[in-house]
Amino acid sequence: MFKQHASAVYASRDFIFANIRREFELKYRNSLLGALWTVLNPLAMIVIYTLIFSKIMQARLPGLEGAYAYSIYLCAGILFWGVFSEIVLRAQGVFLEQAHLLKKINFPRLCLPAIVVGSGLVNFSIISALFLAVLVLVGALPGIEILALIPVLAITVWFAIALGVVLGILNVFFRDVGHFFGVVLQFWFWLTPIVYPASILPERAQALLVFNPLAHCVQAAQAVIVQHAWPSWSGLLGVALASVFLSLLAVRLYLRHGADMQDEL
Amino acid sequence: MTVVALERIGKAFRRYSSRWARLREWIDPRALDCHDKTWVLRDVSFSLEAGEAVGLVGMNGAGKSTLLKIITGITQPSEGSVQLAGRLAALLELGMGFHPDFTGRQNAFNAGQLIGIPLARLEALMPEIERFAEIGDYFDRPVRVYSSGMQMRLAFSVATAERPDVLVVDEALSVGDAYFQHKSFERIRQFKAAGTALILVSHDRFAIQSICDRAILLSDGTVARDGDPESVLDYYNATLSGVDKIEQQTDGERIRTTSGDGGARVIGVQISTGKGDDVDTIETGTSVVLALKVLVERDLDELVCGYAIRNRLGQDMYGVNTFLTGQPTGPVAKGAELLFEFSFAMNLGEGDYSVATAVARGKTHLEGNYEWRDLAKVFSVVNTRHHVFSGCVWMEPTVSIRRLP
Repeated sequence: MFKQHASAVYASRDFIFANIRREFELKYRNSLLGALWTVLNPLAMIVIYTLIFSKIMQARLPGLEGAYAYSIYLCAGILFWGVFSEIVLRAQGVFLEQAHLLKKINFPRLCLPAIVVGSGLVNFSIISALFLAVLVLVGALPGIEILALIPVLAITVWFAIALGVVLGILNVFFRDVGHFFGVVLQFWFWLTPIVYPASILPERAQALLVFNPLAHCVQAAQAVIVQHAWPSWSGLLGVALASVFLSLLAVRLYLRHGADMQDEL
Repeated sequence: MTVVALERIGKAFRRYSSRWARLREWIDPRALDCHDKTWVLRDVSFSLEAGEAVGLVGMNGAGKSTLLKIITGITQPSEGSVQLAGRLAALLELGMGFHPDFTGRQNAFNAGQLIGIPLARLEALMPEIERFAEIGDYFDRPVRVYSSGMQMRLAFSVATAERPDVLVVDEALSVGDAYFQHKSFERIRQFKAAGTALILVSHDRFAIQSICDRAILLSDGTVARDGDPESVLDYYNATLSGVDKIEQQTDGERIRTTSGDGGARVIGVQISTGKGDDVDTIETGTSVVLALKVLVERDLDELVCGYAIRNRLGQDMYGVNTFLTGQPTGPVAKGAELLFEFSFAMNLGEGDYSVATAVARGKTHLEGNYEWRDLAKVFSVVNTRHHVFSGCVWMEPTVSIRRLP
């Protein structure tokens, strides 16, 4: 039965691509700076954190040498956190957001999460292309290890969309989920070593990081980009397993309650 | 070939006693039924052949829209099954979920893909969609600047860009202006002739009677009547006045509907011409007198008498009553008999017609219906004295022909 849904999504690929493009256009249609805004938001975040942590608070971040080291570290984390939070937040609200479509036209609903993933990847590509250009400029581009970012990204996105769809379906029936997850996400950001290195945490807290899937993704990205090293695959494997579990949960929820969704919108 | 088959469709919406009840039902496997079911449709079965058009009528809340959503697959039925053969196109409510910031063209692409037309095919169809919508430059402007009529034009053009096997049309079309309504009905007729099955929801009696072979009356979520449009609409019309007492008698092939609380009754219907009383066949253009004899069954403070002349399909040719002509009777006593005579010229074309009569307290039969009687009299109009013409209305022109230099 799920196969049926999946092939319906594949059959609608033109529609999905067209929508990703339209969504992108829409975002910048009435703005003067256009796609620049995709970059300006994370850039502002990076500037603020760099200023506060490394300049004003003069925090010593162990293991980070060099003028740009902290900023690069920050960028690596925010890049991957950004794609995760964007996808999971959009997927969480996508069924409610598109209620007007779902109520009027019969089309494969799983196109909606597919569009969310596509849009997230487009934004990620823009920011990361710029980031790579900067790395080239400051001469900090990693070597062959950079290829490791592809599986890291794949796992991050997979985890994000699986979690997002689970939350998205729940959110249709229990609107608290959306509000609640907004709060969770704030804590989650600070519980992930993005702004600070994991090594400054007390040992017991560091041990707990193992249970934070995003910590594995972000740390893998930081290892590649900052240390120019291969990431720890065992941690990523754990995230992949968590994603499998969440995907199965999402499919189960969808098959069980997908039909009732329309009545709640 | 059967293209739509509904079998014992039922739809219930779940109502939970509290917000937590649903959570309990999801989490606790023992708590299976924490909700009440509100059935909005129950035991609805009918099927449609290719090329058949059915009109769906019923009061607001009768379940028409829900049924359409089930047929189009937007909502799943709680019980029963829907079988569809071929492609279905639907025009529900306004706009097909258009995005206000995109242009008509972009939305047309989007909506076309949503209903399953491949991109390449859509590109080929786009000029025709643009031509049919006839919204000019607006086609390339954002939909947010469209009027509701323009949105409907665009939606209809996209939904019917390719002939579907099943076409479902909600009341959306009523938004269009007369010109576009005409045009869209013409297209629907062509589709129907080519084998499209049509399901049309409308409150417009004329629309249903002019295009549908059949009508289904939904009432409280079930099929109350399923039959030829005239008898179903007569029955529906009678139920609208809120009277329980509705009789339908079969008179030959046609079904005669009578309703009302019996405050007064029409006991005689006659059409007389110079040639005699109570004629059945009338020459086009003849002066006639339609006489309605009304018996008052209880003391009434007001009595309005009216009639409508209808064609073979049950469409009103003309209808009027004594309220509209400004001739109130004032109070009438029980047992009184009144004779209403309406004199007019029978300016109708050849064909069979019927007279429906009504006696009521107010200007329509919805305000205090004493008696409504469909098919109270049938008669034919023939044309032997004037030249042959087409149509129902005799509006003979004088013709002049000049050769222009």
